[in-house]
Amino acid sequence: MGEIVLSEVKKSFGGVSIIQGIDLTIDDGEFAVFVGPSGCGKSTLLRLIAGLEDTSSGTISIDGHDATRLPPARRGLAMVFQSYALYPHMSVRKNIAFPLRMAGMPQDEQARKVEAAAKVLNLTPYLDRRPGQLSGGQRQRVAIGRAIVREPSAFLFDEPLSNLDAALRVSMRQEISELHRSLKTTMVYVTHDQVEAMTMADKIVVLNAGRIEQVGSPLELYKSPANLFVAGFIGSPKMNFIAGAEAAKHGVHTIGVRPEHIVLAADGPWKGVVGLAEHLGSDTFLKVQVDGIGPLTVRAGGEVGLNYGDTVGLAPQAGKLHRFDEGGRAVAG
Amino acid sequence: MARNVSTGRKAAVTALAWGVGLVIFFPILWTVLTSFKTEGEAINAHPSFLFFDWTLENYHTVNERSDYLAHFWNSVVIALGSTLIGLLIAIPAAWSMAFVPGKRTKDLLMWMLSTKMMPAVGVLVPIYLLARDTGLLDSKTGLVIVLTLVNLPIIVWMLYTYFKEIPGEILEAARMDGASLGSEILYVLTPMAVPGIASTLLLNVILAWNESFWTLNLTAANSAPLTAFIASYSSPEGLFYAKLSAASTMAIAPILILGWFSQKQLVRGLTFGAVK
Amino acid sequence: MATQASQTASRLMLSPAVLLLFLWMIVPLGMTIYFSFLRFNLLMPGTEAFTGFENYVYFFTDPAFWPALANTLTLVLGVLFITVIGGVALAVLLDQPMWGQGIVRVLVIAPFFVMPSVSALVWKNMLMNPVNGLFAAFARGLGLEPFDFFADAPLASIIVIVAWQWLPFATLILLTAMQSLDREQMEAAEMDGAGPFWRFLHLTVPHLTRATTVVVLIQTIFLLSVFAEILVTTNGGPGTASTTLTFLVYMQSMLQFDVGLGSAGGIVAVILANIVAIFLMRMIGKNLEA
Repeated sequence: MGEIVLSEVKKSFGGVSIIQGIDLTIDDGEFAVFVGPSGCGKSTLLRLIAGLEDTSSGTISIDGHDATRLPPARRGLAMVFQSYALYPHMSVRKNIAFPLRMAGMPQDEQARKVEAAAKVLNLTPYLDRRPGQLSGGQRQRVAIGRAIVREPSAFLFDEPLSNLDAALRVSMRQEISELHRSLKTTMVYVTHDQVEAMTMADKIVVLNAGRIEQVGSPLELYKSPANLFVAGFIGSPKMNFIAGAEAAKHGVHTIGVRPEHIVLAADGPWKGVVGLAEHLGSDTFLKVQVDGIGPLTVRAGGEVGLNYGDTVGLAPQAGKLHRFDEGGRAVAG
Repeated sequence: MARNVSTGRKAAVTALAWGVGLVIFFPILWTVLTSFKTEGEAINAHPSFLFFDWTLENYHTVNERSDYLAHFWNSVVIALGSTLIGLLIAIPAAWSMAFVPGKRTKDLLMWMLSTKMMPAVGVLVPIYLLARDTGLLDSKTGLVIVLTLVNLPIIVWMLYTYFKEIPGEILEAARMDGASLGSEILYVLTPMAVPGIASTLLLNVILAWNESFWTLNLTAANSAPLTAFIASYSSPEGLFYAKLSAASTMAIAPILILGWFSQKQLVRGLTFGAVK
Repeated sequence: MATQASQTASRLMLSPAVLLLFLWMIVPLGMTIYFSFLRFNLLMPGTEAFTGFENYVYFFTDPAFWPALANTLTLVLGVLFITVIGGVALAVLLDQPMWGQGIVRVLVIAPFFVMPSVSALVWKNMLMNPVNGLFAAFARGLGLEPFDFFADAPLASIIVIVAWQWLPFATLILLTAMQSLDREQMEAAEMDGAGPFWRFLHLTVPHLTRATTVVVLIQTIFLLSVFAEILVTTNGGPGTASTTLTFLVYMQSMLQFDVGLGSAGGIVAVILANIVAIFLMRMIGKNLEA
């Protein structure tokens, strides 16, 4: 139903190449997340799939049909925008019904579908309000409602949670995940937040400078990042990178070790002084200045009685070391 | 800024501001008052401010002169006609420039503006001759055409600045929802832009109503709007002050009222968005 | 940033406006330039002939030209002086807390909406008339000889009328600019111990500079074309005492039917206006990028 296949897709604006040749298959029913720093081309890629921009070259096929030249309205996709893009002059009911009205669906059928969608999204009491009278989370749900009534072959989300506060973001994240589980429709989701990517995705596509750095499931990316970029982007706090003599001991240009994979050990190979200790209760994050290596971030579980100026010994967990060559590519083993 | 200002200071400022405001408004107030006087009272060597015999006679006289109403009607047709046609041409143009900006959009906007900078007197002769040769001299059609073109840059600019404030994502959402270009403009853009379109309409009706170069130079008896008709009053000195005042009051009243509604838009329209 | 389809639609929708304005600009201007090189009088049809720069020579050597140029500059500068100074003062005044601010604002703005022929007539007959005008009645009340404004100071009288019409515009724009002044910046300066005069000079005035420039440039464009006020009050006289360039061109082409000469004058006016326009366009253009 909702398989999306991109091949050799390129896009440039006025000579500046934004998307530099993307080959990607998003399987039917899959939740795919495009993630990357701002300016990496993830939103442009989504807009290319939506048909809001033309590809400069390459093809996009949806449901097995070539959709490269189709206008957005005829691609059978629905999109949820960052700003929600609700029609401010229409009631919630009319907003949700708009795509049905454009499709020329009979009035009574429209009403039935809108009621059904409103029920799923807990919007029934608000159907006659204007978007301006709703909270951020409710607006988000209206935007989703407008997308689901069309029964599209795939949903596109463009950073839909970035305008919400932290608590709401967590609950909307869960709602979208649940929606995906119940609808089983393909979803393509763009975010710059790797936590959203990790928690929601079946498949994460890490983009950087208009190229795909790596495609894989959240844990694949976490466990075996293909390169320095993915290693640094996935995981929070960031992976520590160590170059120079210490890396040379492992026979590579750079080694990486995640903060949660460093243990406090008085007899550890690395000795350092605590520069900053963040006590969160559940975790303690330490910035440790290690002799001959530089600053390392360490995640110690629970409450740890270390403070500024204390001397500690550190040891990387066995087998959790990542090794990278001069070009930044991961070296196996 | 919620802040306490001493009552004394506020009273002083109020008195000063009201004083200045009334001085500036006085010529209009005086015209309105005179319109209710008899002709004799109007030229009284010791003018009376409020204590005179109020009369509506001047308004009756002016209204009975059928030509006054004809000229009033000319003003309405010319002001509304040129503005509506202008909007019809400008809405699609402003849509294009606001939502599908290209490399040359900025140059295009500046060029449109530059046509507004051309002094009317520079093209007086050819426009006069063209109007004469096409039989459009002293016709409402001719004036509507000229005023449409004169005010088109302002209309495009005003609409452009209003359209710019509508997020493009909403129009894209409509496109994703299956709306054609026509539906997008009709069901989504236009309803959202109604306040901006209304302000543009208002300001341009005012500008066209008061336009006094082309209306004076391209019309004679038949299609003269109020600007030209009232200018022709300038000869019979002294005798018709009260009737002149009544005619003037009726000519400026509708626009004063519209103008008070459009203060904010006025700034935006006349500065081409340079001051907000 | 859009699809091919929407770009095509965009071009289609843009073209009527562009085409019409292009014609409106190029055709009459081209004709004016062409006429300006012809001997062409509507009273003598059939005698049209190419004369080179003769019309320009005539226009510049016309005894009315230099007075008209001087009058134009006096009118523009005089009105600008009054409206900018008055506008800043009024904007500062209206920005203060007071009772009935909305009504005062309305009173101050009103003259802008009065059509030029009405304001000219009202000032000419009811206020400035030496026999029946209100000012004359005041003068007599004080035991003074009434002043014949349009005979003795025609240009100054016109400047007063035009300034009265444009003062609201300057006030409104400066007031709008004033209200966009950053209140936090003002309060920060106050916290730092800056007095009200210092704040006016160092925060308000620089903030208003931009708006003032816009006022000056836009008013100049309109003031160069002042017409109805002169036609209704003095008809350019006495002599050439209140003839401006615009009015001179009007007289030559519409009263003397000398199309060639009028066109040459029109082109001179276009060039003058363009000098101002270039500065204005630069300012607006800068704003467009921001």
